[in-house]
Amino acid sequence: MPAVSKGDGMRGLAVFISDIRNCKSKEAEIKRINKELANIRSKFKGDKALDGYSKKKYVCKLLFIFLLGHDIDFGHMEAVNLLSSNKYTEKQIGYLFISVLVNSNSELIRLINNAIKNDLSSRNPTFMCLALHCIANVGSREMAEAFASEIPRILVAGDTMDSVKQSAALCLLRLYKTSPDLVLMGEWTSRVVHLLNDQHMGVVTAAISLITCLSQKNPDEFKTCVSLAVSRLSRIVSSASTDLQDYTYYFVPAPWLSCKLLRLLQCYPPPEDGAVKGRLVECLETILNKAQEPPKSKKVQHSNAKNAILFEAISLIIHYDSEPNLLVRACNQLGQFLQHRETNLRYLALESMCTLASSEFSHEAVKTHIETVINALKTERDVSVRQRAADLLYAMCDRSNAKQIVAEMLSYLETADYSIREEMVLKVAILAEKYAVDYSWYVDTILNLIRIAGDYVSEEVWYRVIQIVINRDDVQGYAAKTVFEALQAPACHENMVKVGGYILGEFGNLIAGDPRSSPLVQFNLLHSKFHLCSVPTRALLLSAYIKFINLFPETKPTIQEVLRCDSQIRNSDVELQQRAVEYLKLSSIASTDVLATVLEEMPPFPERESSILAKLKKKKGPGAVSVTELEDNKREGGELNGSSDRGPDIAAMAASNASTPSPSADLLGIRSAAPVGAAPTSAGSLLVDVFSEAGPAAPSLAVNDDGFLRDLEQPTEASDALLVEGSGDSDSAPPSEDPAAPLSEADELLNKFVCKNNGVLFENQLLQIGIKSEYRQNLGRMYLFYGNKTSVQFASFSTTVTCPGELQSQLNVQTKPVEPIVEGGAQIQQVLNIECLTDFSDAPLLNIKFRYGGALQNLTLKLPVTINKFFQPTEMLSHDFFQRWKQLSQPQQEAQKIFKANHSMDTEVLKAKLLGLGMALLDNVDPNPENYVCAGVIQTKGQQVGCLLRLEPNAQAQMYRLTLRCSKDSVSRRLCELLAQQF
Amino acid sequence: MTMQFMLLFSRQGKLRLQKWYVPLSDKEKKKITRELVQTVLARKPKMCSFLEWRDLKIVYKRYASLYFCCAIEDQDNELITLEIIHRYVELLDKYFGSVCELDIIFNFEKAYFILDEFLLGGEAQETSKKNVLKAIEQADLLQESQSEDWGSLPNEELL
Repeated sequence: MPAVSKGDGMRGLAVFISDIRNCKSKEAEIKRINKELANIRSKFKGDKALDGYSKKKYVCKLLFIFLLGHDIDFGHMEAVNLLSSNKYTEKQIGYLFISVLVNSNSELIRLINNAIKNDLSSRNPTFMCLALHCIANVGSREMAEAFASEIPRILVAGDTMDSVKQSAALCLLRLYKTSPDLVLMGEWTSRVVHLLNDQHMGVVTAAISLITCLSQKNPDEFKTCVSLAVSRLSRIVSSASTDLQDYTYYFVPAPWLSCKLLRLLQCYPPPEDGAVKGRLVECLETILNKAQEPPKSKKVQHSNAKNAILFEAISLIIHYDSEPNLLVRACNQLGQFLQHRETNLRYLALESMCTLASSEFSHEAVKTHIETVINALKTERDVSVRQRAADLLYAMCDRSNAKQIVAEMLSYLETADYSIREEMVLKVAILAEKYAVDYSWYVDTILNLIRIAGDYVSEEVWYRVIQIVINRDDVQGYAAKTVFEALQAPACHENMVKVGGYILGEFGNLIAGDPRSSPLVQFNLLHSKFHLCSVPTRALLLSAYIKFINLFPETKPTIQEVLRCDSQIRNSDVELQQRAVEYLKLSSIASTDVLATVLEEMPPFPERESSILAKLKKKKGPGAVSVTELEDNKREGGELNGSSDRGPDIAAMAASNASTPSPSADLLGIRSAAPVGAAPTSAGSLLVDVFSEAGPAAPSLAVNDDGFLRDLEQPTEASDALLVEGSGDSDSAPPSEDPAAPLSEADELLNKFVCKNNGVLFENQLLQIGIKSEYRQNLGRMYLFYGNKTSVQFASFSTTVTCPGELQSQLNVQTKPVEPIVEGGAQIQQVLNIECLTDFSDAPLLNIKFRYGGALQNLTLKLPVTINKFFQPTEMLSHDFFQRWKQLSQPQQEAQKIFKANHSMDTEVLKAKLLGLGMALLDNVDPNPENYVCAGVIQTKGQQVGCLLRLEPNAQAQMYRLTLRCSKDSVSRRLCELLAQQF
Repeated sequence: MTMQFMLLFSRQGKLRLQKWYVPLSDKEKKKITRELVQTVLARKPKMCSFLEWRDLKIVYKRYASLYFCCAIEDQDNELITLEIIHRYVELLDKYFGSVCELDIIFNFEKAYFILDEFLLGGEAQETSKKNVLKAIEQADLLQESQSEDWGSLPNEELL
């Protein structure tokens, strides 16, 4: 154990830390900590008043325990007491504890604020700084309310010490970030801006952070800072390395301040005043020049500080994007760094060049480094650097180098780290599309992509290649030939099968003339992959088969035979079974004309933003890609694929996200087919756009869906009524379709969940309903799991949630419809979003209806949403509790019940239940240790209801007395009712 | 130049100091710490000191047995952050005299005090080594005045 070096030693603390370090196991550590916690608790609770030193020591121990990762639920009061000590070290520990452990909604905030107020007005600079640090560390809204008007005064007052000014500036910044509405600069603005001229470099360093943040939000009010910042920067840049004494860092004058000044200037456009601008350009040139000078020290700190300023200057140059000369110089400088031996510099150069690539002035200059960047992609040992290189290649790509870059990225993909493959695939796909001069190159690239990294090719990528092939008739034959060849590989990726199935189904005829790819050869090739594929792919292949029947009537017998076999027509997957049955029927009853109409070639897709681009944007977050994309658009003008209509990016993104079909989505939209005899003009809309449900075909999706499905519930009977609404079930006089009355045991079921959130809500011979729920503040989310216990499917499965009577205005429950079919043995899930608007007593009702073997099942349950779910536990100390208890002394605020125990009276069981209730279980409040005391706040949208609870068990009589006091009487009553059933 | 948080942890993954400049729940803090300690410890010595993590940039450096790890925002300057770390190490070194991990374990409160003098709200407050140490030492020397009486907490009956 090292000797405590300076200041005030706390021997007890050092001994305790040593003990913890000597613990051989986690268990031993926990044991030692618990012992210490018990000790501290008893000291704090003891009759003997503790002296300040002891209190400080124990608070410090608690802090240490907390920092080890353990929860601390007491000691806050003692820490707050330390704040008002006039011994500096005690005060300091008190503030540290508060800064680390007090969250912003703590009950103690008022007391803390009082202590802070005292210290702020003490005129003792050390105390003032401590108080300001505390505000900056906690930064809560309450603190902003209390101090936001006081701190600007301290900041600009003439007699404030420099160190206090520094703390005040950053403290104000923190408050501004939490509560911008409360920090009103108004009259102070100009004096704050003039802090940039302060003699004390530390004051400038602190103040500039505040000014930068305020400038971002109110650029006009603060724009005088530009010229001040330029002159300050100019003085620093031109100073000799020793001028600034302790603010020189490894021979670099004031690197932090320089960076902050350059950063502040990035909040504004280039200065309009010619003189200011000239001075600034001079500074930037000096910074670029210095980068070329020999280093003044070999230490990495020297070059880091120098280059930090350089990179910030380059950011400013890029931000202005108006000085071609500086942009090209910046680019050359970064080019040198690309080959630097410091990995950090290579990384940053690649990163910074990415933004340079999007400037029209420097795009060409960046391109000259292509070989170095490709080399970095191949040879860098650190994946994060390779990632930067890939980003830069993407950013510097244009028509002139696209083939080279795409080829390099493709070859890199073969060995790329798994973590970046998906993004690489997206980038290759986008570049290939964007810069495709001929579409055979595009098709080759995407198929290569699938071959090399099939697992990472997302749906968007293969959808897109199909979209493009369908829209360009000059590439269709080539695409068919190429996929046909690709499919001949013995092991080919499932995504290749998907693309192959789709393209051959549409355009197989274009290569059918060659006997090597005759219709039957094509079919056999596709079908040889069928059994290895997942359900969605098989579904797609079935659709390709029916298209084959239309394209090549000679394949009809073979394909019908395939469709007819048991593994298709009786497939356990409903989607496959349905397709097999429908396609078989369609092929046997429909005339050639009808077939040709239904199975016509897909119409062109509407041009829109590439869904891949949207996906990449989503992956990288907004902003990351869009800058370069926009720039690219500007430079390249209209693209081949209609990128000119990329205007409403966000809308397009939302649309393409929404359109991503679920895995078993009906590719051909057969399900939505109107009766076959419909006018041929509607043929286009029969075929649903794979990529967009919002496309022209969308409205027809919902049509008739229901009736069609119902036919298929009994495949054997449906044979003569394929497209006519079935009459099977509806005439067997069904039981009433109105929701059933709640089950008699519904209340009992409800009571099971008052103190827990998860479990089985209901179970009978057919159905099991499981429940999982979570609540936060006044919001909740409930997952319902409906399990089919039988081996027969439930049809027309539907659920409705209703809030009866006044509950409608108290609780907001939202959900989406569930799948109408629950297969035998399967489980489906439903999510409910719940919002508590105000306190309530009733429970929402859940009605479930479904058909089991033709009989309608109808049952209604109460959903276990009870008012206590919206509890937020409130920790408080004994005297706070009593104070509140007294405040809630009106008779109607209290509800009390005396009742017989229905369950075990075991302490642990009771504690678990009370904790499950959602309130905080408070120790050491009730003088009788047998009793339980809890406190909590119910969060509703409209208000918060404070609740206190006391439960007094009488083991001998097997009785309880339960008392509740709440700030709202209806809540007291409801909680009392609910809880009386629990014990 | 806003730092989101700073973590100090040992090669064994033990957290030695944590400073959060943005409000987060304890749960979230623990999750972030776990994830980052793992990520950083998995990196090899010669790798670069920066990485992208969620939507933040992580800047880290190892000093003897301790890793210093900061999270900054997308627009922030990585190199200057690296030197923030170094300056903090220098401050600790000067204050403790050849600082080692044990000093920080046993005097964690001092490590926090020094950090608060140097960085506040995630921004550099005072970059001069002399000025920071002067503030800390002044505090150490402050005379302690008389003690006081705390009185006892109220202890009442419930009903």
